[in-house]
Amino acid sequence: MILKGLLYAESHEWVKVTDHEGYVGISDYAQHSLGDVVFIELPKVGQTIKKGEMFGAVESVKAASDLYLPITGKILEVNTKLEDSPELLNEDPYGNWIVKVEILDAKELDSLLTADKYVSCCEE
Amino acid sequence: MHKYLPHTSKDIKDMLKVTGASTIDDLFSSIPKNLRLKDLYQIPSAMSDDNLTKHMQKLSQENSQLVIFRGAGAYDHYTPSVVNSLISRQEFLTSYTPYQPEVAQGTLQYIFEYQSMICELTGMGVSNASMYDGATATAEAMFMAHAQTGKNTILVSETMNPRIIHVIKTYARYRKINVLVVPQNDGLTDLNYVKSHLDDAMGLIVQNPNYFGTVENYDGFADVLHEQGSMLIMNNEAQSLAILKTPGEYKADIACGELQSFGIPLSFGGAYGGYLATQMKYVRKMPGRICGITNDVDGKRAFVLTLQAREQHIRRAKANSNICSNQSLMALAVTIYLSTMGKQGLVEVANESLKGAHYLYEQLLKTKKFDKVNNHPFFKEFTLKAKFDVNKFEKSCLDNGILGPLHIGDNQLLFAVTERRTIAEMDLLIQKVVEQL
Amino acid sequence: MKYYNKIIFEISEKDRIGYSLEKKNLPEVKLPTEILRSNLAELPEVSEFDVVRHYTNVSQKNFGVETGFYPLGSCTMKYNPKINDELASLSGFANIHPLQPVETVQGLLKIYYKTQQILSDISGLSAYSLNPFAGAHGELAGLMIIKAYHQKNQDFKRNKIIVPDSAHGTNPASATVCGFEVIEIKSNPDGTVNLNALKSVLSDEIAGLMLTNPNTAGVFEKDILEVSKLVHEAGGLLYYDGANLNALLGKAKPGDMGFDITHINLHKTFSTPHGGGGPGSGPVGVCEKLIDFLPNPIVKEKKGFYYFEDSNVSIGALGQFYGNASVCVRAYVYLMTLGREHMSDIGPLAVLNANYIKDSLKDLFVLPIDGHCMHEFVFDGLKDASTGVRTLDLAKRLLDYGFHAPTIYFPLIFSQSMMIEPTEVESKDTLDEFIQVMRIVAKEAIENPELVKTAPHNTIVRRLDEVKAARTPILKFKDIQ
Repeated sequence: MILKGLLYAESHEWVKVTDHEGYVGISDYAQHSLGDVVFIELPKVGQTIKKGEMFGAVESVKAASDLYLPITGKILEVNTKLEDSPELLNEDPYGNWIVKVEILDAKELDSLLTADKYVSCCEE
Repeated sequence: MHKYLPHTSKDIKDMLKVTGASTIDDLFSSIPKNLRLKDLYQIPSAMSDDNLTKHMQKLSQENSQLVIFRGAGAYDHYTPSVVNSLISRQEFLTSYTPYQPEVAQGTLQYIFEYQSMICELTGMGVSNASMYDGATATAEAMFMAHAQTGKNTILVSETMNPRIIHVIKTYARYRKINVLVVPQNDGLTDLNYVKSHLDDAMGLIVQNPNYFGTVENYDGFADVLHEQGSMLIMNNEAQSLAILKTPGEYKADIACGELQSFGIPLSFGGAYGGYLATQMKYVRKMPGRICGITNDVDGKRAFVLTLQAREQHIRRAKANSNICSNQSLMALAVTIYLSTMGKQGLVEVANESLKGAHYLYEQLLKTKKFDKVNNHPFFKEFTLKAKFDVNKFEKSCLDNGILGPLHIGDNQLLFAVTERRTIAEMDLLIQKVVEQL
Repeated sequence: MKYYNKIIFEISEKDRIGYSLEKKNLPEVKLPTEILRSNLAELPEVSEFDVVRHYTNVSQKNFGVETGFYPLGSCTMKYNPKINDELASLSGFANIHPLQPVETVQGLLKIYYKTQQILSDISGLSAYSLNPFAGAHGELAGLMIIKAYHQKNQDFKRNKIIVPDSAHGTNPASATVCGFEVIEIKSNPDGTVNLNALKSVLSDEIAGLMLTNPNTAGVFEKDILEVSKLVHEAGGLLYYDGANLNALLGKAKPGDMGFDITHINLHKTFSTPHGGGGPGSGPVGVCEKLIDFLPNPIVKEKKGFYYFEDSNVSIGALGQFYGNASVCVRAYVYLMTLGREHMSDIGPLAVLNANYIKDSLKDLFVLPIDGHCMHEFVFDGLKDASTGVRTLDLAKRLLDYGFHAPTIYFPLIFSQSMMIEPTEVESKDTLDEFIQVMRIVAKEAIENPELVKTAPHNTIVRRLDEVKAARTPILKFKDIQ
């Protein structure tokens, strides 16, 4: 399912924007394709990562997927709960954010997809 | 007809009917005519089993079986009969990689037992299912450090086996990793040099015992390296782990080395096996297969390949390593050997090598035909500088059915003594020395 | 198979021993304590008979190629002849130290040299090195040779390798390990190289293209000469992954197709045992202009005398000694057993076997590629998939009938991929048995889908919790205690 009110990247990450900060996670489509998540690799707090660059990785039994930051940002917080319980991403992909970033270029948000437009990415 | 090809003409006729082709050749219609072979291969004629046996026996006799005093990475140890007997069981020998775990619990169990034993011996938290050999295991340890630290230079002690250094350099070259050789200081790894060269260093690789046979003391190395965000990689030849201070005790990050001395015959350099083990925190950077315990749907304990998302078939271009087939059957041989020798036996057999090597060392010095190279402690190999013609000496040994020490340059001879060397054999070698002018 | 549930450490009893050792009457040696380990390694303490019984029981939890049919696509699970093992174990091969002077190892060097020559003739490449330990290792050697060649020509821009999306995972992984950037191109629906896709990525930055032929879907690349022309015109080299060489034995040579470098899998095409995951052997072969780049050392011959030689422009050493010698000796015995007279029968019979199975089952399974296949072929799941039975379920149900499952979910270009390679050693009777069981399982998938979806039922353990194994890794015995 696709949650409205969030912005999406074609690589299946979502962004929830509040002022100049954003929470980033993976969509339901992503967690479903991966299968049971067994491991997550989180970035270091304080790093600045450009739009489209890798900020971490998730691993399931049969796949490994890099995570790409939908917008250029400085990592403010990482969700360490996921290190011990990566299965939270399967249980509630929208309720469990992965990183919190400071948005460094708000204009980039315009190139992300709304929920309606993201639907077509999941239709393969 | 051939004994490996069961098709009779009737079989072929019946099968072709089902395929809709009139001849087998028709099945190859997709191969362009100009690529299809017209003649037979220009290879030797087929031999019957009996003739082939005679042929191979003759070839085997063209290799000399000698009384071996040479090591340098391959050692003449005794292999208990149970090893070959058990690894020849077809369920072990002919089975495929355990991708269907339900029918491969045998392979998976021995890999688990092997991993457990390697961890005990090295003091590390996790081991993989084996690598091709000790040298490539060391090169892949370098790749692990590269992936973990993101740095571009690897320090390698000059006291390592030059063959291993050569493999490290080969692997490093294409990955654009700089190899910095740490010059030896009195036949030991120079910690001060290491300290002042840690800029952009992913780590340091050392060997214990080193190439010259010396057991080095690596206390303090890990702290120096860790302070600068570098890793300590220790290469130990397998049997040395029975008695020497372990990589774990030295706070090494990665342990690697050659398994041959654990029940694998000399066999002209292969098939051997390499071990690779590390701390749990680095497990995701470790290449190779890893087996773990789980349960099946009925709650029964079972073994399964795990953490596969590191491997080539999943990661593809993003993999840290391309290793697929490893040396599984050799890991089984090692596991059986270690089970047979056991906790006590492994130490006792190592002790026989230790005693023998020191006896030979004393007796050789007594001949007054050698100079000491240093006074460092050694295990089953040692280096002495000869005062005679080393080439004549090697020939004299060969004429008496002995494979003498290895000449490592500058008239220095590297001797190895294992539990198989009797006092009589050592005395014969000493006699050959005495005869040298 | 018997469910034996003891780990060697669990049958250990303090002070039991399983070894025999002659203790020499020599003085004890005390090394300084600071270089010794503080405690002994906690290895098992068992009697010799315990060891034998234990590992015999462990072995009985395994399915080997002698137990039954192993139709694994791309693996070439053929019979591993006993004579190979027997002759490779002769003491004149087993007791030889790798650093003996060459005069004392003429027998082994001759075997190496002759094997190199035979592989050359069969593949159409000029020279071989037997040093790589496995197929992936041979790939690495081949890619290093490609790099070395371009560097010698001062062609430093060439840092990209093209790989089709149907390729085996080791291909792109090997390219990465060798420091190349991987360009993946989309294949045609039958897995063959799409010429337009290829043309669109060829440039002066391309070092080479890696291919297997037949491809991983069992289809011969009929445009291979065109592919070769395009790649060579662009200044690149063409690499042959020898995994599927079995199909070509007697029919065609990679060297004639324009391949500059190849690796061969002795544990596939040339019958050496898989050993549960190795040791294998991946000899690397090259065309004339690349000979000097082969990994060191190379075996040479002069007037009947065999010796080692190092090339100054070699890519370097890929292992401490000369590869998996004991595996190479086994392959040599096989090559001499088949010889000139029978080697050419292998391709035709392997291909006949594959087509026979395919045509006997194509009414029940989706055959994504029409026409004759080579030595292997792909089914893309059941034709009637209405009950939701997937390839994984079919594979597990086959285990219940005493067959090893085929390769599943590879190549990646078919979502329900099941790749079947029977090899030439299987008789029509075995194939008929397999076909019959596949038909039964296809029927079960419709009439009793739950049975298939929860398979296997008759194996000693059933579906394993792989998620638990990855989330809470227990990777050594100490983790259980």
